[in-house]
Amino acid sequence: MSQTITHAFDAAGFDALLASQSEPDWLTTLRREAFEHAEAMSWPERRHEEWIRTDIRMFQLGKFGLPVLDPADCDLTETEQLHQLVEGVELGGRIETVDGCITKESLDEELAAKGVVFGSLSKLAQSHPELVRPYLFTAFDPDHDKFAALHAAFMSGGQFLYVPRGVVVDRPLHIGSILTDGGTDTTHTLVVLEDGAEATLLHESNSTDAGGAGLHLGSIELVQKPGSNLRYVNLQEWGHKTYHFAQQKAVIDRDCSLQWTIAAMGSSLSKVNQSVDLVGPGAHSQVNGVMFTEGRQHLAYHTLQHHKAESCRSDFLYKAAQQDKSRTVWRGMIKVDPAAQKTDGYQRNDNLVLSHHARADSIPGLEIEADDVRCTHGSTTSKVDEDQIFYARCRGFTRKEATRMIVTGFFQQIFDRITIDSVREALGAAIARQVREYE
Amino acid sequence: MTHVLKIEDLHVSVGDKPILRGVNLTLNHGETHALMGPNGSGKSTLGLAIMGHPGYEVTSGSITLDGKDVLEMAPDERARAGIFMAFQRPMAIPGVKMADFLRHATTNVRRPDRKEGEELIPMREFRKELREKMEHLRMDSEFARRYVNDGFSGGEMKRAEILQLAMLQPKFAVLDETDSGLDADAVRLASESIADIGHQKMGLLIITHHDKLLEHNPPDFTHVMLGGRLVETGGKELAEELHQHGYDRIRKAYPDAEALNQKLLAEEAEEALA
Repeated sequence: MSQTITHAFDAAGFDALLASQSEPDWLTTLRREAFEHAEAMSWPERRHEEWIRTDIRMFQLGKFGLPVLDPADCDLTETEQLHQLVEGVELGGRIETVDGCITKESLDEELAAKGVVFGSLSKLAQSHPELVRPYLFTAFDPDHDKFAALHAAFMSGGQFLYVPRGVVVDRPLHIGSILTDGGTDTTHTLVVLEDGAEATLLHESNSTDAGGAGLHLGSIELVQKPGSNLRYVNLQEWGHKTYHFAQQKAVIDRDCSLQWTIAAMGSSLSKVNQSVDLVGPGAHSQVNGVMFTEGRQHLAYHTLQHHKAESCRSDFLYKAAQQDKSRTVWRGMIKVDPAAQKTDGYQRNDNLVLSHHARADSIPGLEIEADDVRCTHGSTTSKVDEDQIFYARCRGFTRKEATRMIVTGFFQQIFDRITIDSVREALGAAIARQVREYE
Repeated sequence: MTHVLKIEDLHVSVGDKPILRGVNLTLNHGETHALMGPNGSGKSTLGLAIMGHPGYEVTSGSITLDGKDVLEMAPDERARAGIFMAFQRPMAIPGVKMADFLRHATTNVRRPDRKEGEELIPMREFRKELREKMEHLRMDSEFARRYVNDGFSGGEMKRAEILQLAMLQPKFAVLDETDSGLDADAVRLASESIADIGHQKMGLLIITHHDKLLEHNPPDFTHVMLGGRLVETGGKELAEELHQHGYDRIRKAYPDAEALNQKLLAEEAEEALA
């Protein structure tokens, strides 16, 4: 990363960003507030429970510039890496971004005619404020920490999906985000499904260079109105020198169904807070998490399943495999409010540690304030068993083939839960690419 | 040419503890050998040494297949060369379906020169063969969709091993107590299944305590192992004798080997407690 920084994450950069956007006043007000908060906040303390295992002393915000503010400055058109999730899939619409700038966007005319909106968040905030304003920052909390506040102040580009009441988007929609070496992406993804709406959104993030540096300071907000049904897939393969800080939140209402699959393979350091708030009776969420790390990667995922209403189900399964000197942190929490009787909550994290120097931290948690609930949690950490490898070798598998098979088998439980063929295949391929020979 | 698996003066240690102390055994293709002996005598060690288990160190002696040095080969190379062992306690591989495991295994064994990543046997062709073999062994087709040995009963594991034997069609197979943990009916079925696969089509080394598994696979030779050595070799009447009368005669006839056997057993018991 050799480019000079034109605009930094400071007051001058903030003014330049405001000047470059022609956005409504209410959004500027939100930004200003967030910027003030960000300025006043200090970086997270190491002693803080969320950061005790994740060392960010090496991270220097000053090394990164703001995302490209003028789309004309994005000259990258090669985005082949971005099509893994959609192999053989007929799409209803797609968005491609480079360093947060939208380079391509399309939506099937039939869907547009039904009132579906899918495109640039910053443009749509201007043209469709009545759809964006009521929901923006309702799930996301800009005051969560300094990273969240900075994101809110400096978010750029972004994507917005809106599906009106009762509309079924019968073909998947796709977002592909790519980061150039040394680039910055502050994308905000907002998804709103009105009553009874249905959609599938496939979202993949990549770097132009697998070893690329960069900064992603992002957020995802999923807002689901009663009876809506969303399948959201997020494949994260940022370059291996990229920082990834994100707050990813869903708020799902009565009788909603959310299947959220996250595959985290990339970045040098990730700190992600993922949560699902179940706010209406009968809501159901399933989260499938896959992490596979190598080198010195450090991926920290903090998940929260917050039951605020009665008779909801949440089911979180994270499976992680660690190679080389990499480390993953999973910290899960099921929170059940006093009103959330008849909660059915499940959380589990399984780890397969593939090298002596790799490490997995797994911290499940429960915080239950209702008395008629069923909540279970579990966590396992194991190594690849030499006896398993020997057994497979006695059947003609090479050591590498045996290891790959065992690792793939480890993740199979997640694949069994994923209902989209192309996603299952892309994840299987992504995992197979990562597996190496271990001694 | 008749294939020959030849074991000469084989010494095997686990850690620094000698288990096998000079085993000589020649298996010709088409022959069935029974290997019997009391617990701790080293029967399973011989099987694992033939397959190349990394924990079993060959300190001297040789194993050759048609004159080729087997000890130089990695376990997967031995499998591809046509050596097979049915495990006494096969490992579970969660998340991997029997059918997928077997398709890959069968491809590698049938095409010993296959490189990683090259095509497997076509799915349709493989499924047809697997279905036929399973029907033949009277196995439920559902079996192929289950994860390898995961949650299998003892009997199911042993039948899965026999299915693998049927698919891989090795030149030589060691069956390590493929009858243990099975009831009388299941043992009879296993015995019939092995005969169906065709004991005359391979060289078989059947490690067993009983003669039931041998019912349909009468041994040409019976070997008795004690204290890490083959102390006696006879025909199938020796297997019958040992099954009916136990090892008392053998123990008395070979007091030195018996003393070693007792010592190994005592050490094993100590380790189990530690």
